[in-house]
Amino acid sequence: MRVRIEVNGTWHERDVEPRRLLCDFLRHDLGLTGTHVGCEHGVCGACTVQVDDRPARSCLMLAVQADGRSIRTVESLSDPDDVEMHPLQEAFHTHHALQCGFCTPGFLMTAESMLGRVEDMTDEELRASLGGNICRCTGYQSIVAAVRAAATACSSRAVANRSRA
Amino acid sequence: MKPAPFDYVAPADIDGVLEALAGPDAKIIAGGQSLVPMLNLRLARPALLVDITRVPRLAHLRREAGALRIGATTTHRELAESPMIAAHWPLLQFAAQHIGHDAIRNVGTIGGSVAHADPAAELPAALLALEASMTIVSKSGSRSVAARDFFRGYLQTALGPNELLTEIVVPPTRPYARSAFAEVTRRHGDFALAGVAVQLDPSPAARVVLFGAGDVPLRATAAEALLVSSGLTALDQAADAAVADVHPGDDLHATGEYRRNLLRDLTLHCLQQVATRIEEERC
Repeated sequence: MRVRIEVNGTWHERDVEPRRLLCDFLRHDLGLTGTHVGCEHGVCGACTVQVDDRPARSCLMLAVQADGRSIRTVESLSDPDDVEMHPLQEAFHTHHALQCGFCTPGFLMTAESMLGRVEDMTDEELRASLGGNICRCTGYQSIVAAVRAAATACSSRAVANRSRA
Repeated sequence: MKPAPFDYVAPADIDGVLEALAGPDAKIIAGGQSLVPMLNLRLARPALLVDITRVPRLAHLRREAGALRIGATTTHRELAESPMIAAHWPLLQFAAQHIGHDAIRNVGTIGGSVAHADPAAELPAALLALEASMTIVSKSGSRSVAARDFFRGYLQTALGPNELLTEIVVPPTRPYARSAFAEVTRRHGDFALAGVAVQLDPSPAARVVLFGAGDVPLRATAAEALLVSSGLTALDQAADAAVADVHPGDDLHATGEYRRNLLRDLTLHCLQQVATRIEEERC
């Protein structure tokens, strides 16, 4: 089947089998291997991407279901030349919020969608919101710290931009 | 861990869906948050998937003559975020908030949850407590099935293979109705080991629904009768009555006895919540 899907701002047209999962479409058809595939049945969160700007499991969506929709993957976070990282990626680096890195793309795409709300969240709420993503290395403490730091960085950056304008 | 091959259609209207469902071994997909895991694990191997998310007439959420009409492809997020639902059917909001995670709620639909009929799912329990009804269409016409007749057994419903669940209709709640919802999960977002939904009307009428308690969500009628006859004065007895005839099974996640204890304590917790709220409003 012919599908047309916008991924990170670019429209892609491909022929796919109806059974092609969105995660495999991204990785195998488009070569975007930043999205990781863990459990393949919606439990681990590693494959989380954003569909129309909201997080979704790319292993629980068929590519044909994404026809006409807009997808954002972890590759969209850094600037196009891959020189400057997103504040969330910087914070994950600074706070050692990853070890093996397998779960990281899923955490980043989940966390990115909630950055604007993080400063109003209690730690319990923040942990609950990240609860759909599993990490076997870090014990989560450093991930929570990194998301907090990134939210603070983003809001102070927004304030700076406003006063400059 | 990849689905077996199938054909796929995404009709633009209900007639197109019914046409596609007439073929052998067709299965409806909406959000796919229950179906795609089963496809990936090859527990389900349909010949044809009929995607209903491109049908505009299944996506509504509106109040009509006091009743709530929810199109089958309304997502859990839309339910949880609707100010109209929060104001008039808070039990539905509580239930939707307890489902999975953001990534699941953004995609999963009420029609999917109801048609899949997992006995530990939140929305079927809340809809039973709210005495909702399901609108089902097929080529031979349309029928409405009350929630109490809809859930037939483990993953079994009144839906036939060529039928489509189009809408869930929730009757108006009475002024001063009170709701409470509670569940216990091993990890946030998991299916519940056990849960309870309570809807109290001042009429007086009480609905107490237990889920994760058997093959289908269960009305605790003995507890309801006790609440109607003695009001909110005998909460402990009502909680005991709720589980008197309930015998959940053992499985990998919990023993039946543990589940039964949970159901009793969750019932008491919900009733206390409702009683406290009524007390506070009186002051």
